[in-house]
Amino acid sequence: MGILEVKGVNKRFGGLQALGDVNLSVAEHTVHAIIGPNGAGKSTLLNVLVGKLIPDSGSVMFDGKSVLGRKPHEINQMGISRVFQTPEIFADLTVLENVMIPCFARRDGAFRMHAFESVAREGDILGQAETMLADVNMLDKAHAHAGSLSRGDKRRLEMAMCLVQEPKLLLLDEPTAGMARADTNNTIDLLKEIKDKRPITMCIIEHDMHVVFSLAERITVLAQGTPLIEDTPDNIKGHPKVREAYLGEAQV
Amino acid sequence: MDAIILQILNGLDKGSAYALIALGLTLIFGTLGVVNFAHGALFMIGAFCAVTLNALLGMSHQVEDPTRTDFLGNPLQVDVPYVQDIFGEALGASIIDWAVPLSILLAIPVMLLIGLVMERGLIRHFYKRPHADQILVTFGLAIVLQEIIKAIYGANPIPTPAPDAFRGSVDFGQWLGFQAGSIIYPVWRLVYFFFSALIIAGVFAFLQFTTFGMVVRAGMADRETVGLLGIDIDRRFTLMFGIAAAVAGLAGVMYTPILSPNYHMGMDFLVLSFVVVVVGGMGSLPGAVLAGFLLGILQSFASMNAVKSLLPGIDQIIIYLVAIAILLLRPRGLMGRKGVMEE
Amino acid sequence: MLGLGKKDFTLFLAVAAITLLAPFILNPFPTGSGLAQFNAGYPDLMQRFVIYGIFAIGFNILFGLTGYLSFGHAAFLGLGSYSAVWMFKLLSMNVIPALILSVIVAGLFALVIGYISLRRSGIYFSILTLAFAQMAYALAYSVLTPLTNGETGLQLTLDDPRVLDGGGRPTSLPVTELFGMEMRDTASLGLGAWDFTFGVGFYFCAVVMLISFYLAIRIFRSPFGMMLRAVKSNQQRMNYTGLNTRPYTLAAFVISGMYAGLAGGLLACMDPLAGAERMQWTASGEVVLMTILGGAGTLIGPILGAGMIKYFENIFSKINDAVLHQWFAALPDGLEDFLVTIIHPFIGKGWHLTLGLMFMAVVIFLPGGLVEGGQRVGRLFRRRDRKAGGAEAQAAEQRRTPAE
Repeated sequence: MGILEVKGVNKRFGGLQALGDVNLSVAEHTVHAIIGPNGAGKSTLLNVLVGKLIPDSGSVMFDGKSVLGRKPHEINQMGISRVFQTPEIFADLTVLENVMIPCFARRDGAFRMHAFESVAREGDILGQAETMLADVNMLDKAHAHAGSLSRGDKRRLEMAMCLVQEPKLLLLDEPTAGMARADTNNTIDLLKEIKDKRPITMCIIEHDMHVVFSLAERITVLAQGTPLIEDTPDNIKGHPKVREAYLGEAQV
Repeated sequence: MDAIILQILNGLDKGSAYALIALGLTLIFGTLGVVNFAHGALFMIGAFCAVTLNALLGMSHQVEDPTRTDFLGNPLQVDVPYVQDIFGEALGASIIDWAVPLSILLAIPVMLLIGLVMERGLIRHFYKRPHADQILVTFGLAIVLQEIIKAIYGANPIPTPAPDAFRGSVDFGQWLGFQAGSIIYPVWRLVYFFFSALIIAGVFAFLQFTTFGMVVRAGMADRETVGLLGIDIDRRFTLMFGIAAAVAGLAGVMYTPILSPNYHMGMDFLVLSFVVVVVGGMGSLPGAVLAGFLLGILQSFASMNAVKSLLPGIDQIIIYLVAIAILLLRPRGLMGRKGVMEE
Repeated sequence: MLGLGKKDFTLFLAVAAITLLAPFILNPFPTGSGLAQFNAGYPDLMQRFVIYGIFAIGFNILFGLTGYLSFGHAAFLGLGSYSAVWMFKLLSMNVIPALILSVIVAGLFALVIGYISLRRSGIYFSILTLAFAQMAYALAYSVLTPLTNGETGLQLTLDDPRVLDGGGRPTSLPVTELFGMEMRDTASLGLGAWDFTFGVGFYFCAVVMLISFYLAIRIFRSPFGMMLRAVKSNQQRMNYTGLNTRPYTLAAFVISGMYAGLAGGLLACMDPLAGAERMQWTASGEVVLMTILGGAGTLIGPILGAGMIKYFENIFSKINDAVLHQWFAALPDGLEDFLVTIIHPFIGKGWHLTLGLMFMAVVIFLPGGLVEGGQRVGRLFRRRDRKAGGAEAQAAEQRRTPAE
């Protein structure tokens, strides 16, 4: 049993079959990549996993519980954190505050009316946030305005915000989309570092094969809303079905 | 049956005004993406164009009338409008009588100018600012405009009559075969309705059949793409703002015989027109027009005595109730496109 | 101190000192001198400063922190006033029960209205709150006349039961009091050419305002306050961080509604009269204006804004042509008349024109309000002092650059 079990998920938009009978199992403490050409249903699948879309049929179990019908914040509280294509951070807050907020969310749940306590006295939370920032080498920028960071630093900050929650599953939605090669490599290094430092399950949705093959331990190839094949990177690399899906070369 | 027809008719004049203002609001929101809280003030300024022309035409000087004497036996001083000096007595008198319709000629250039100046001078700088800032700055502008009018014309409503020919009422009941006197309807309100219908038709025809209108419609649907095609939509949008201002102004001009203009009439209508826009669907022109008439008629039904005795005060709040219900149940409004301004 | 950081505590002390010494500070000109008309140190006006200060502080908790622009907060102000007057009529002239009911009633209505309105955001939220407030106004003005006394407004009468005060039929209308201290009581102090007036009502309002301000600082510096700022910054990230934004915004809405109710209740405590016009949307606009003018999202901004607007309202409305002629008397007649004619529309009854212009100017040139203006001026001086503005100024600069 994997930590994330997707079984027989279907989703139609009008006449378009976005997801057709998707089965997926992500094992704990592995990096699992989902790849596929444009329109393969990667984003739809991701949106199902985080509670933004409800599938027409099928089940999505995380850690033994169904995620279907739950709101994004509930799913996060179950232990799934998400990194976006363009970093989603609190641009008007300081870097430190950005990391403190997930700490509060983890400790206090989805809502708590802690209106008369002082942030300055939350020693534990401050400590956690600072340790995390030190981990991603951003402690020197703790009091900078998050909106003023470089794009690479924003990505780093977003990762820190997710990791500080110690999620059971980290979902990454094309974390290197639109990045220059150097930035991409930095992101790969960051993810490798994260993976080495702590036991974590990651599910990466990615376009860039370079990223996928540098990180993933298992790969699922999605085409036209259906998983074509699931295997190790080495086996995927030369697989004719994959080349067919990507390049339309049926007779290779 | 006749009561229902009467209420529908009663709702038409208010509904027409709502529709015209809402149409302008939607044009501005759709093209420029700006929420214009000063649009009601434009309606009000239109109304005061009529007041101004009426006052100008009525300007007079005193002449001694030798044929008449006052009670002391002195020759009587009578006021003679300058217009009568210029155009002769009969023509002059009818020009004065027709002051309100004539004000349209004054209002069109004035409103276009005000609209262009507003867009170029102020609104333009707020495209990229948050909606809250747009609301705030246009709200401030609305206060300024209405206070200027108040400073010039005073705080009291100024009655501005319709031409003699359109005063009085028609007996609709008789036309439709009901009992005589069952549906009495003021003529001017009928004029107002047809005038509004004409303007609405004009705006739609302009958007539908001219290249200019086509570009504007395309821009409303997808601004970026149209911009990418190398079409200068900004200039066209500026002009659209002027047109929206003129539409609001004309709605105001012709409304004066129905409601004596006062400086805060714009605000009163604006709040309701926003509700109309929301109910119709933000960004949908047909929605704005439809919702304008619907809400006008609904309000008129709610003020029937039978309804009021059942639900006292419902006429005061019906429009807001509808708006709240619509926003919660169908946030995109009656005819709005999905995704426009939904969260 | 008091659970506040050092900077906040200093700020609080400064505000407390200025508020409590206001009868002196706002009366800088000797009585009878030509400039005495600029004095604002009389209880009636100072009460309005602090009461509207409370209103604006509360509004800022919603708008300044979460960014939700409500155009209907006057409804809660009016509700507070009606509740307080009813308490005076039914129970007792003591202000404490009246204020408690004001806050509770406003809070309950805010809960319902907020619950519905917060299902939408952006301009839809603004329009929903506007619709609710206009509805409340229409109801108070006509439909609910038995409760609100319609157009005339709700007033005390000689027949009111006033259960706790022993009822009976007093020969004159009773006055609001706090355990025997009458709100309208004043004491005077003459110091040379100056006359200072101290009102019980003003000091009561001032203390309530300071408590409200203190609570607002605590909210700003709390994890809850941080969450509200996060809502303004990025709701999507909030949701994907496991936080439910709805109860946070609702709590902010209810708190700000309660502040408005408190302010409305205080207005009634100072003058036991409640009218529907207090709920009109222009009144809602006024509090938006105060907050923006002072600086939305800052601690001190709303108080500054409320004070400024109420002060100028008072001063500008008092100046008339005669006063202007007096000022410009030294100038040649033609110029004098010209200046008077130019200024005339902006003063007296034209005060709202000045207000509107001021409002536009702030939104256009100084979106951060007076506080930002002060910071800019401060930075200008600091830059002159030390050439390199230093890290602090840079940080402030960054804070100003809007989020992408």
